[in-house]
Amino acid sequence: MFQSLSTRLQETMRKLRGKGRLSESDVDQALREIRLALLEADVNYKVVRDFIAGVKERAVGHEVLSSLTPGQQVIRIVNEQLTELMGGSQAKLTLASKPPSVIMVVGLQGSGKTTTTAKLARMLKGKGHRPLLVAADVYRPAAITQLQVLGEQIEVPVFSLGEEDPVVIAKAAVEHGESYNHDVVLIDTAGRLHIDEELMTELVRIEGAVNPSEILLVVDAMTGQDAVNVAENFNKQLPIGGVVLTKLDGDARGGAALSVRAVTGKPIKFVGVSEKMDGLEPFHPDRMASRILGMGDVLTLIEKAVATVDQEKAEKMAAKLMEAEFTLEDFQEQLHQMKDMGPIDQLVGMLPGMGKQLQGMGIDDSHLVKIEAIINSMTPEERRRPEIIRSSRRKRIAMGSGTRVQDVNRLLKQFNQTKQLFKQFSAPSKGRRRRGLFSLFQ
Amino acid sequence: MWKRLFSKKTNEEPAPQEKEAGFFGKLVAGLEKTKQGFVGKVEQVLSGRQVDEELFEELEEILIQADCGVSTSLYLVDQLRERAKEERITEGDRLREVLKEEILQLLQKDASPLKTPEEKPYVIMMVGVNGSGKTTTIGKLAHRFRQEKANVLLGAGDTFRAGAIDQLEIWAERTGSEFISHQAGSDPAAVAYDAISAAKARNSDVVILDTAGRLQTNVNLMAELGKVHRVVQRELGRDLDEVLLVVDATTGQNALSQAKRFQEAVPLTGLVLTKLDGTAKGGIILALANELNLAVKLVGVGEQYEDLQDFDAEAFVEALFGEGN
Repeated sequence: MFQSLSTRLQETMRKLRGKGRLSESDVDQALREIRLALLEADVNYKVVRDFIAGVKERAVGHEVLSSLTPGQQVIRIVNEQLTELMGGSQAKLTLASKPPSVIMVVGLQGSGKTTTTAKLARMLKGKGHRPLLVAADVYRPAAITQLQVLGEQIEVPVFSLGEEDPVVIAKAAVEHGESYNHDVVLIDTAGRLHIDEELMTELVRIEGAVNPSEILLVVDAMTGQDAVNVAENFNKQLPIGGVVLTKLDGDARGGAALSVRAVTGKPIKFVGVSEKMDGLEPFHPDRMASRILGMGDVLTLIEKAVATVDQEKAEKMAAKLMEAEFTLEDFQEQLHQMKDMGPIDQLVGMLPGMGKQLQGMGIDDSHLVKIEAIINSMTPEERRRPEIIRSSRRKRIAMGSGTRVQDVNRLLKQFNQTKQLFKQFSAPSKGRRRRGLFSLFQ
Repeated sequence: MWKRLFSKKTNEEPAPQEKEAGFFGKLVAGLEKTKQGFVGKVEQVLSGRQVDEELFEELEEILIQADCGVSTSLYLVDQLRERAKEERITEGDRLREVLKEEILQLLQKDASPLKTPEEKPYVIMMVGVNGSGKTTTIGKLAHRFRQEKANVLLGAGDTFRAGAIDQLEIWAERTGSEFISHQAGSDPAAVAYDAISAAKARNSDVVILDTAGRLQTNVNLMAELGKVHRVVQRELGRDLDEVLLVVDATTGQNALSQAKRFQEAVPLTGLVLTKLDGTAKGGIILALANELNLAVKLVGVGEQYEDLQDFDAEAFVEALFGEGN
């Protein structure tokens, strides 16, 4: 049930690999797997049907059947089609030509509107804007307080008139924004069911009163087949400009994203990836395609690495790896850089094929802390030449780092294995290499 | 049930007949969307048709579209196929009853109501992902227990989300429940501990503990949940009466992952399915019943207090498939 599409596809493709050529029925079988995987990822049924038809048309054509690596071709086509379906390139926030730009945030209850609104304000502030938050959720108990607390955290002022009519609040807020020189006014509206006519009318009234340059619909990534109805309903009544997909840090594959985009034609502009205030990222359709397919998000990982890793150091490190001169000292350095990139579980989740395998294994920074402590308790000499670490040194290191001798043994053993694997860098099998490195964190 | 167990006072009972009808009416109204979206489609497919493979495939499609999940949909359709063969059913219309029976059977598999209170305080802990409706459910439950003249104490265990403590406090005020909280950002286990000791000292009938919403993949936060549970257990000297996972009915197949992961962290006793009124799908309730051994104990079919109902598989299926309304 929780098997990722990539694992299942790999199984199907393994069966096909020996064949050299693919028949139409082979492709059909592979497409069946893809279909089930997409459905399990909560992609809307109709969207899946159209999608599969599109892939099939391309796949049974010349493109695949005459290819030497038909399995990979199928995956490539699927990935391309998915990316296309999700809108090709990245879409930006629409701001008004004449400030203040008014941004309305709408959605179902519990989808994450208030958090998203605050995150967006923080992001805009970081880009030099002067945002104003508006508390227009007058129904949920303490929703106003929530926004006020968040506003304090990110140091953005919050406009509130208590439990006044939201239309009145919105209007007054925009006027307030104008006179206090805020160039973006973000309105947090109350959560509502898309079928609640009265509350939907209220949204339309707010929209009419403040004429927003952008209306963002917040959708929970875990939403099921209903995501399409929700998006369609909101879109019918309001000129939605884009979608924010929240709670993507969970294990939901986010098929809802695909459906919403396919059915409404509205781009996904941002994704929420953590509970913290900095956990809002621009949406990249190609990367989401990989996620739905369970293929990892290598690009984001590389970007993070580029942003934090010293290029020169990295090149030196790579050279050392190739020559198997990699020492524990280098490893210590690498650990530092990795920690700068963010929580390890998030990084690992971006690796292809790793997400599912590592979930529930409890990989987190505490393992790194342990490893680091062990290495820190070694002498520089020991780090450079780990082979001199005999039993009395092991005991000392364990004592010094607050770990057990077994932990030290394991680290040394795995370090050696990794080194061995890198020695065979010319023709390593990918799977083996990965296991070697990552077993260090278990 | 409170009156009987914890207090000698017997107030006059509301006329049960009338109450039942109102309750059922609410359920029917709350499930209206699901009824139209799911049963409506089933009926369209089945009426006047001969039973053949195409029919089964269309049914499968409808089930998957209703969020029943691939494996549960396949299971149900296989059941129908088998029974159609055994019972020689050739008319589509007759399959409707069979489907209803099979769904009922699935829902009844692990069904059980909220545990009957044996010892004071009756302790309920609410867990779930962000935005599933934990705090609101607590408010409604508190109201219900207060109606039954129980002394209720709410513990503000969500010390993380901004405004969560205030939100629960408002519910405590509205329902006339007692309220235990610490500062935002403090240790939720400490809040839980205080809530239980306060309940003991004040002789409360019911304690409902809120917890912060957390995604099931966050290992650290799941471990924290385990700790809160252990602290409550220790202070109580016995198991909690209910540990309920709150699931948003609009959730797709991820609900299964939620239930599995939360179950690994704390011993869940059942599920609360919220926001059922907002979805034409809600088939996730079948997927959960089919693939996990967890009882659905409460369903939320609207925003009113009385819209949080005890889950009754028969009434549920009747409201879904019932004539008229």
